[in-house]
Amino acid sequence: MSLDAAIAATRFGLGARGTEIADPPADPRAALKAQLAASSAFDAGDLVSSAEALTTALAALRAPRRTPPETPPDDPTDDPRAKLAPVLDIYADEIAARTRFAATTTAGFRERLVRFWSNHFTVAAVKPPLLALAGAFEREAIRPHVAGRFADMLLAAESHPAMLIYLDNHISVGPATRVATRRNLGLNENLARETLELHTLGVDGGYSQADVEELAKAITGWTVGGRHVGRDRSGEFVFAAPMHEPGARRVLGRRYADGGVDQGRAILDDLARHPATARHVATKLARHFVADAPDAASVAALERVFLDTDGDLGAVSAAVVDLDAAWAPAQRKMKTSEEFLISAMRALAIPALPPRRLGGVFRALGQRPFAAPSPAGWPDDAAAWAGPDAIKKRLEWAAAVAARVGPRRPESFLDNALGDLASAATRQAVARAESGAQGLALALMSPEFQRR
Amino acid sequence: MSFRLTRRLLLAGAAAAALPLRPVFARAPGDAKLCVVILRGALDGLAAVPPYGERRLESLRGGLTPDRAKAHDLGDGFALHPSLPTVAALHAAGDAAVAHAIASPYRDRSHFDGQDVLESGTAKIYGADDGWLNRARGLVGAPVDAVGIGAAVPMILAGDAPAASWAPNILPEADDSTLARLTDLYAGDPLLGPALAAAIEIDATAAAMDGMAPGRGVGPAAYENLTRAAGRLLVGGAGAAVVSLDGWDTHANQGADGGQLANKLGGLDAALGGLKDELGETWARSVVLVVTEFGRTAAMNGTQGSDHGTGGAALVLGGAVNGGRVLGDWPGLERLHEDRDLVPANDVRSLFKAVLRDHWGLDAADLDTRVFPDSGAARAWDGVVG
Repeated sequence: MSLDAAIAATRFGLGARGTEIADPPADPRAALKAQLAASSAFDAGDLVSSAEALTTALAALRAPRRTPPETPPDDPTDDPRAKLAPVLDIYADEIAARTRFAATTTAGFRERLVRFWSNHFTVAAVKPPLLALAGAFEREAIRPHVAGRFADMLLAAESHPAMLIYLDNHISVGPATRVATRRNLGLNENLARETLELHTLGVDGGYSQADVEELAKAITGWTVGGRHVGRDRSGEFVFAAPMHEPGARRVLGRRYADGGVDQGRAILDDLARHPATARHVATKLARHFVADAPDAASVAALERVFLDTDGDLGAVSAAVVDLDAAWAPAQRKMKTSEEFLISAMRALAIPALPPRRLGGVFRALGQRPFAAPSPAGWPDDAAAWAGPDAIKKRLEWAAAVAARVGPRRPESFLDNALGDLASAATRQAVARAESGAQGLALALMSPEFQRR
Repeated sequence: MSFRLTRRLLLAGAAAAALPLRPVFARAPGDAKLCVVILRGALDGLAAVPPYGERRLESLRGGLTPDRAKAHDLGDGFALHPSLPTVAALHAAGDAAVAHAIASPYRDRSHFDGQDVLESGTAKIYGADDGWLNRARGLVGAPVDAVGIGAAVPMILAGDAPAASWAPNILPEADDSTLARLTDLYAGDPLLGPALAAAIEIDATAAAMDGMAPGRGVGPAAYENLTRAAGRLLVGGAGAAVVSLDGWDTHANQGADGGQLANKLGGLDAALGGLKDELGETWARSVVLVVTEFGRTAAMNGTQGSDHGTGGAALVLGGAVNGGRVLGDWPGLERLHEDRDLVPANDVRSLFKAVLRDHWGLDAADLDTRVFPDSGAARAWDGVVG
């Protein structure tokens, strides 16, 4: 039972906090499922909406330009830091809030799912406005749907200003429209391709280049209010009919009559319930909770629930808890850098790091929030997180934090953070350390704490 | 307590001047160095190496094509982008060649699958769990040490023979007693044990050389730090290094003479110059491959950028290169692949094989079957190296 509690806290949750393992709930599986039913305790507090964040960001970035208007800076670092200050402030507030929440929540499983889906629908802050928008994207498009319907999350994500800007759809114009001819604009297929490849069917999901182009045309006009369109809805999702490619579209063999914004919605709705989507999502969830290469039975079980419930993510997540393979004692998942940092904060009862240092710590560990290397998100396999350099950076951080936290009994840290997961070798190494700080550094770096 | 390994290496790093540093690496084949620079995100080859001789170039992508008067002429109707002056000078000196209309066997348009095929060296997606460079170095007579620049070991180096990885340091060092104890604790761990051992080794090598203090920049400004690090590690004894440079997915506002892609090409140009600088006299024995997962659409898209395409461009540089040429067959722009992309007339494995055969001395049959399985049809080019 104690091992189950340790697995519930570390593999399903974000790491054990306080006496989560020492004083476990009577039924760890039921306790995990209860997190799905409860409403989220995340409090947005003073965090600004995406519309406000985008308006702030664009105002800041529109201050005297260095580069000509036709080539806006694409890389945040192209901009003088001072000009970016309001944007960086919003970004710092967002990552501080979500990190504090992750480090303190009692619903760690639910929060892990938020991060899983946020990574599935990656928005990486590669353009300055996205530094301000990425946090709002997670709060507005991901959090509300984590135990809801996949179709709702899909629509919320693909129509969110952050995603539209990230994958260039806000400027994609139907080639047959007057806007295209008059203003020399046209189609951009980036969002359509990643919707099919990464967000729904998966790369082997059976779509063609023609499907990509048809979906891209169907979602032309999905843009963001600003100077050119939807002035009264600045920073919000706007459907700009003049940018929308007229006519029916054919995607995966099915015809969609032109219905303005509803045309794209109808396609997304069908993609959300497509068997290839069920398989893609089931595979990723099993990879996250079972092993880098999950067994076929686990994938099939999740796939069946996804299809049977029409993509009810509450039911699918509960099915993850019901997977026997997810409770195997062997720790088969290497923690990502962020998981390592958050689990260490939870185990050490550090609710927050100084906001100005937080970004630097994440960057040093190689996983700045909302800065995944590509639209595919952060990788979810051990090879990506256990490279020599990654281990060295973790050790350096562990040694530094252990020295700062000061003398405390590292053996009790092991009891609270790992419980029965701690091996005899780790207990011995920690007990024989030459100082409390060294013992704590070794505990944080132990094979069992590096995994989940 | 196992201070033996860590002590020696840490001392080598801390007091290189006082100790005769036994090079951690010293086993490259005939000292032939190979550096692979992967441009992740798909470089627009038609912008990097515009074929000005093509009648349709202007109508297809006038908005993405730099002013010919500013570009560096290569002859035969080709030129290098204005932001590539160092590459142009190397080309003029015979130390660089361009391979155009080139692609891996991958024909779809996913970055991730495309990079997998490029790096695994197989004819199909997920055809191998290891990378071609890792398989190749296992076939050289003597072991070749390899390093990936970045936090993780890239796919191209994945496999049985462990490769190291290295990235710029930001945090303070852990003390050597903790390192030694952790080495003990990881003794039975198949994942973390080798990773820590490699980290300690690579750090000692890097620290033992002067000036190993790369900056923290990101984007094009950081490219040079990464290639300079690769250069130092190659001079220090590594036989192969891999550098990943991100940010080439220019879907919107790509620019032409200036702008987004020009900035990135400028960063690449400085990075290649910095690499040559670090290699010093070793440059004469070096080959540097600059490759990407696929090219981009021949026509400009609706947002002043380009979408995922097929045929692209690659560079091969180094003192060991027989340069000053544009390599491969040129398909022109009159006919396009699937009516949208530059025709992939050349197989990037022909270039890779040419380098591995003539620079590292690998056997042609091994290249056709073991390094690049089922690749007999992609014949190694002659005369690229030498």
